[in-house]
Amino acid sequence: MTCTAAGNYIPPSAGEREALLRELGLNSAEDLFINIPKRCRVGELKLPKPLSEPELRRALEALAAENETPLFIGGGLYDHYVPAAVDALCSLPEFVTAYTPYQPEISQGTLTSIFEFQTGICRLTGLDAANASMYDAATAAAEAMLMAAVHTKRKTVRVTAATHPHIKETLRTYARFNGLSVAEIPFDGRGQTAADAMAGEDACVIAQSPNYFGVIEPMRAIAAKASETGAVPVAVCDPLSLAILESPGAMGFDIAVGECQPLGSPISFGGPHAGYFAANENFLRRMPGRIVGETGEVNGGRRGFILTLQAREQHIRREKATSNICSNAALAALRATVYLALLGPEGLREVAETTAQKAAYMRGRLEEAGVNPLFDAPYFREFAVDSILTGALPLERGSLIAVTEKRTRAEIDAFCGRGRSR
Amino acid sequence: MLYSQDHEWINVKGDVGTVGITDHAQSQLGDIVFCDIEPAGTVLSAGDTAGVVESVKAASDIYSPVSGEILKVNEDPADDPALLNTDPVANWLYTIRLNDPSELDGLMDEEAYDLYCRG
Amino acid sequence: MTTYEKSVPGRRGFISEQSDVPVVSLASIMGEENLRKTPAALPELAETDVVRHYTALAKQNFGVDTGFYPLGSCTMKYNPKINEALAALPGFLGAHPLAPDGMNRGCLRLLAELEEMLCEVCGMEAFTLQPAAGAHGELTGLMCIAAYFEKTGQTGRKVILIPDSAHGTNPASAAQAGFTVRSVPSGSDGLVDPDALRVAAEAAGESLAGLMLTNPNTLGLFERHIVEIAEIIHGAGGLLYYDGANLNAVMGITTPGAMGFDVVHLNLHKTFSTPHGGGGPGAGPVGANKVLAPFLPGKGEDSIGRVRAYYGSFGVLVKAYCYIRTLGGSGLREASETAVLNANWLLKKLRGAYDAPHGEWCMHEFVLSCAKLKAETGVSAMDVAKGLIDKGFHPPTVYFPTIVPESMMIEPTETEAPETLEAFASAMLALYEDAHVNPETLHNAPVTTPVGRLDATAAARNPVIKR
Repeated sequence: MTCTAAGNYIPPSAGEREALLRELGLNSAEDLFINIPKRCRVGELKLPKPLSEPELRRALEALAAENETPLFIGGGLYDHYVPAAVDALCSLPEFVTAYTPYQPEISQGTLTSIFEFQTGICRLTGLDAANASMYDAATAAAEAMLMAAVHTKRKTVRVTAATHPHIKETLRTYARFNGLSVAEIPFDGRGQTAADAMAGEDACVIAQSPNYFGVIEPMRAIAAKASETGAVPVAVCDPLSLAILESPGAMGFDIAVGECQPLGSPISFGGPHAGYFAANENFLRRMPGRIVGETGEVNGGRRGFILTLQAREQHIRREKATSNICSNAALAALRATVYLALLGPEGLREVAETTAQKAAYMRGRLEEAGVNPLFDAPYFREFAVDSILTGALPLERGSLIAVTEKRTRAEIDAFCGRGRSR
Repeated sequence: MLYSQDHEWINVKGDVGTVGITDHAQSQLGDIVFCDIEPAGTVLSAGDTAGVVESVKAASDIYSPVSGEILKVNEDPADDPALLNTDPVANWLYTIRLNDPSELDGLMDEEAYDLYCRG
Repeated sequence: MTTYEKSVPGRRGFISEQSDVPVVSLASIMGEENLRKTPAALPELAETDVVRHYTALAKQNFGVDTGFYPLGSCTMKYNPKINEALAALPGFLGAHPLAPDGMNRGCLRLLAELEEMLCEVCGMEAFTLQPAAGAHGELTGLMCIAAYFEKTGQTGRKVILIPDSAHGTNPASAAQAGFTVRSVPSGSDGLVDPDALRVAAEAAGESLAGLMLTNPNTLGLFERHIVEIAEIIHGAGGLLYYDGANLNAVMGITTPGAMGFDVVHLNLHKTFSTPHGGGGPGAGPVGANKVLAPFLPGKGEDSIGRVRAYYGSFGVLVKAYCYIRTLGGSGLREASETAVLNANWLLKKLRGAYDAPHGEWCMHEFVLSCAKLKAETGVSAMDVAKGLIDKGFHPPTVYFPTIVPESMMIEPTETEAPETLEAFASAMLALYEDAHVNPETLHNAPVTTPVGRLDATAAARNPVIKR
């Protein structure tokens, strides 16, 4: 047997494996596979030759070096500062290498942190219940749509046109195979959704704020109008923005979903991150995904945390489950949990405020350079302008610019100094 | 009292039936943690889902043994699901106005149900 | 205690950089009416507090790095450290999926190469890397099947057959993709019985959409009638879905394509060594043959469309890429061979004491039953599992698959040494003795953990899910 790096991860030596085979009365490993029909067998896989760790590192460093990091592109993923303690704590092997916490006695670390995550999301969104996380904002929105359709027994869904295009596409994919149809509510000249343009009889109304163009939507009016027509109002909100923007719960939304990336996760080419899912109490038993609850010992006084309300889930309910989700995004949710614990209410507010201040500064500098905003409505960290700018996210007419607290005045000035261009 | 294959019991007086889960059902489920029945006024066909009971490890839909309209829902088991473990007969789930009393002919009497459970 | 209870007003764990731009009123940027009235009550802690808190929590967890983790069907193999380091290279972490392709050449090349390698491992035509987890992959693959039938005017094909030994995600995903589920009972040998399948396919008739199959199945048995099974399903106009949860048994031995499957999802966090993180994030790429490839997300006009935002769980994909590049074709086969060897050796050690209802041989995992033990001693599979915790092992999967009473599903993986298997076998046999001599100790286990057995009933009756 040739010696490859596979050996690093496969402890038994060739000699030990032969001994194990002998104990089983077998001549070769081939004898372990006699139940696999000959016509299904394949020859050696045609893959690149195995690499040693140093070779692998060289190859990956070369690939990573081919990428460039943009400074002002957002579109749902934002370059906020990640404190070193987040990386350190979220790299602890007992968090990283554990499975879903099925055995609570040896999983209190994961379970406690999920309970904290649920608590943080509830407090930010102003809603009663949150789950252990979803894959991302788009799938969380799709699950909210399915939940609302079951709840209302209605078949049409409305989403604001200014919602992130990937979220809208994901909604359409999920809707198509569940007999639902998705219609869009247009936005006006200020980049805001016209709540009056909503028709009735929908399962839910899904509205993102700040929306794809960075504009803060008239969320109270949207929630009120949706509720009036019996539709479940669903908010898509950046959790970092909720440090300074009114919570979806306080504005009348029954469900809030979103993307936790801004809370302590690097952009990492779009994943993995955690989505969040929060709802009012009356949706608790229809919610998708894992939920952690507090309880006590059967024979003792100690407090502990445990996966609960599992009768909703696929491993018990099978085809009648509220969702098929099993693995979620626990480790990415842990990043958000640690980030919130480190920053606290003051720290989070400071990051959000500085972000808004720098966005406003950049918007002003661009205007001075003759690059005008497309919309004059309230915004948070992102805004659309009327010119195509290199290094910004292109829009149908213009560009989208995102600023975070991490961008320095010098970086902003350098970008704006280039003026109207290319 | 009559029994369905899905382990519900029904007690009929006039054209009104009272429905619950059987002792066998509660013992199979284990500690019941949740109970939810469709609201009064819901019209059901026989075999329709009238609600659900859940334990920690299982969930069981309640299938209406007969067609008709739900008249009244017992809130006690919803408030304290453990009641369904202690006395599933006293703690009925809902009453229903029967559309078609002949549907009762398809249900089992106590003896037949006992045999069915042991089957 | 949670961070919310440890919170002390006024403490700070992170001071952000002072803003270097002129300050304007927030109301003028964001609108007075949009501003939050009451700040969210988040924990107030110093960095030291936070670091101690989560370090203490980590110690209450058990991971693959802690010890043996034979959780059946979850393939808890070792997660290589180098892969973690490389996924965290700044060139990857800073790359933005919406930046122009020219800024993302490294990421895009890696993804393209990964797709190609997964095609080879699975015998498929094309792969999508979007799905975020196994169940998400199932949903994606099933949507492709639905889209294919729509495209070919066979919209009546709505029935998916699923063996009763399948993971719960299979029926749940099928329902979420708009299908009706019919369960196919396993034969007494634990395998799909071709005759019973033929009857089920005929009963479904023109409404048959396909079969979802895990192979080897969740009993750890290879569905050796697979060729006939594929003929039955394809002959009846249906398609074959491969649940890749157990691919770790057959890499380089066979492929889903060679077995006749049309579409497959993988769990990179199982077979391809990426860590599970206490419940994700994972990745569930989906491969399709020529028939279904046009329907995969983001591949042409017949595509079902997006199933999530951006490209997928990129960081997870990098780790899986590293794993395949490290092992190569010969290494992947070596991994599968050793996984199957380890499982069979363990089965041989344990089947004298515990019931092994499906014979002397297995693939990468096997299922034992504690039904007889429970009848004799009152000690259940759960008691044995908790007893293992006190002996320093993570328990196997218990009470699944549900078709075996008091089941324990054991998957050692290839990343374990003989002495580890030996120690685990000794622990299991010692627990078997304890069950007969002193069952009470097992009912009360575990006693070495931060908490003892928790009251799941109370948690569900009166849910407290936040502070």
